[in-house]
Amino acid sequence: MSSKNLAYNSLWQRLVRSHAFYAWLLIAPAALFLFTIVGWPLIETVRLSFTNAGLGGEEYIGFYNYEKLFSNRKYPGIVGRTFYWMFLSVSLKMILGTIGALLINVKLRGQASFRVLVMPPWVVPMAIGCIGWLWVYNGHFGILAGVLMHLGILDGPFGFLAYKTSAFYSAVVTDVWVGTPMVTVFFLAAMQGVSQDLYEAAYVDGASRWYRFRRITIPQIMPVILSMALLSAIWTFNSFEVIWILTEGGPRGATTTMIIDTYKMAIANYKFGYGATRALMVVIFLAVFSLLYLVLLNKVNDRFKVK
Amino acid sequence: MERFTFVQKFFLYLGIAVFLTFILLPFFEMFMTSLRPLEHLFRSPYQFWSDDMSFQAYFDIWDTVPLLGRYIFNSVFLASVTTFLCMMFVIPAAYSFARFKFKGKTISLSLFLGVNMFAGAVLLIPLYKLLRSMGLLNTYAAMFVPGAAFLVPTGIWLLKAYLEKIPIELEESAWIDGASRMYILRRVVLPLAVPGLIVVGVYSFIGAYAQQFLFAITFNQKREYMPLPAGIFEFVGYQSVIWNQLMAASIVGIIPVLIIFLFLQKYLVEGLTKGAVKG
Repeated sequence: MSSKNLAYNSLWQRLVRSHAFYAWLLIAPAALFLFTIVGWPLIETVRLSFTNAGLGGEEYIGFYNYEKLFSNRKYPGIVGRTFYWMFLSVSLKMILGTIGALLINVKLRGQASFRVLVMPPWVVPMAIGCIGWLWVYNGHFGILAGVLMHLGILDGPFGFLAYKTSAFYSAVVTDVWVGTPMVTVFFLAAMQGVSQDLYEAAYVDGASRWYRFRRITIPQIMPVILSMALLSAIWTFNSFEVIWILTEGGPRGATTTMIIDTYKMAIANYKFGYGATRALMVVIFLAVFSLLYLVLLNKVNDRFKVK
Repeated sequence: MERFTFVQKFFLYLGIAVFLTFILLPFFEMFMTSLRPLEHLFRSPYQFWSDDMSFQAYFDIWDTVPLLGRYIFNSVFLASVTTFLCMMFVIPAAYSFARFKFKGKTISLSLFLGVNMFAGAVLLIPLYKLLRSMGLLNTYAAMFVPGAAFLVPTGIWLLKAYLEKIPIELEESAWIDGASRMYILRRVVLPLAVPGLIVVGVYSFIGAYAQQFLFAITFNQKREYMPLPAGIFEFVGYQSVIWNQLMAASIVGIIPVLIIFLFLQKYLVEGLTKGAVKG
């Protein structure tokens, strides 16, 4: 063996030997950063949940906060509402995202501008979009009540955010509005990634548009739909700004989800310890939900796998 | 492929019109409200159009809230710094996850993605304490440091998927030619990954720009550092809200970024199509 080959070999071996080290070296900055900003505060939240921390200092009180939370008769309702909020909003985002992506994927005149016009709710600060909706929902001066009154559907001013049921669904609509554009753009990208040959082959075989949509488009973009649905579910579960700006959780708690409830307890009432207990419940519920989802996702993914 | 019939086209356009009406409704409402003089804003019954509409509010906003220009600048500045910081952490980590096999890879990757589950609102109190102990409260850093952290996981996920599509042979031949690892990452991988980098950059910028409300109202009290979504609430007074000016300021504030996106949207979709989006 020549010496050149030997040198190459030892170089290669050195690469193999140290490459886990190098891999970790590249990950380390991100890992340290996230540990500091997310990991440590999480540990601190766990600690705080066993204290009565507030403005006047803190003392360890064992599981008292948890006992108090679990015996709170309003809490199960808040949890249920949060999941209902999430399922409703995420399903609508997925459906509208798919329809929207289909519409702007069709080759029509104006396609380029439609694609741009879909983006604004994603791109502008959420707080500002919500201020716009605040006015849309206004009973006396908003466009929604105004138009409905002109059409004769409403016979007087109607404050959409003033009543329990309408406030909840209004908040859902706004949350869907915030979340749909990103879903649309991701689905559009996925649809464009589907091989054109598949469509042409199906077309030659005489498959209708609807058939091609069901049997080619949907299965092909299914992995993207499923991972977007999980991400979207997590963000919707934790959606704060929309509800806070529209209703602050009211009227009479009708739009109070777990995250709003946690914020109110911790920040507005200065009950840091009890608030931490509620914050942890948010994390636990989401973690259990995500795990269940991923287990299901793996099964579904196997079924939809396209060779 | 077959063409659309006239009727099909009609329904497609109708669908697009309905969809875009939903998307653009609040912006239209903001614009209409900004045109109405304040004393005529609360006019009942509802009037769609009136003769006294004007652009006056667009001139008055600068006097009512003198720092408005600063808030608009702060928003863009904070989003840019957040994006830069985020990319610094995302690029090496995504490269590592895309290229190397090592023990604990799956677990560490899931831990990263698990961070998505924590919203800023859940961790506010410990974060507040942390930032206070670092002396960062009431600075720009109080907003861009936590802001960047929550964008890192999705950034890694997007860029990793893109990097995995770049053939490894190029890196191997550069290695055999004696290039150092950092050189390979900088000069071989990154230039090939530009579309993926644009996706992650645009994604982070949007996230940083659109979600700068909570950290801003909680970790910063200094008016000169406020981003637009927090500063805009200065139009909400103790007695009354100057709604028309608030809407005008919102529209003026978001226009610079909307124009940027007119140009970037194409690259975002292209980059996502080329591989940054997958299951």
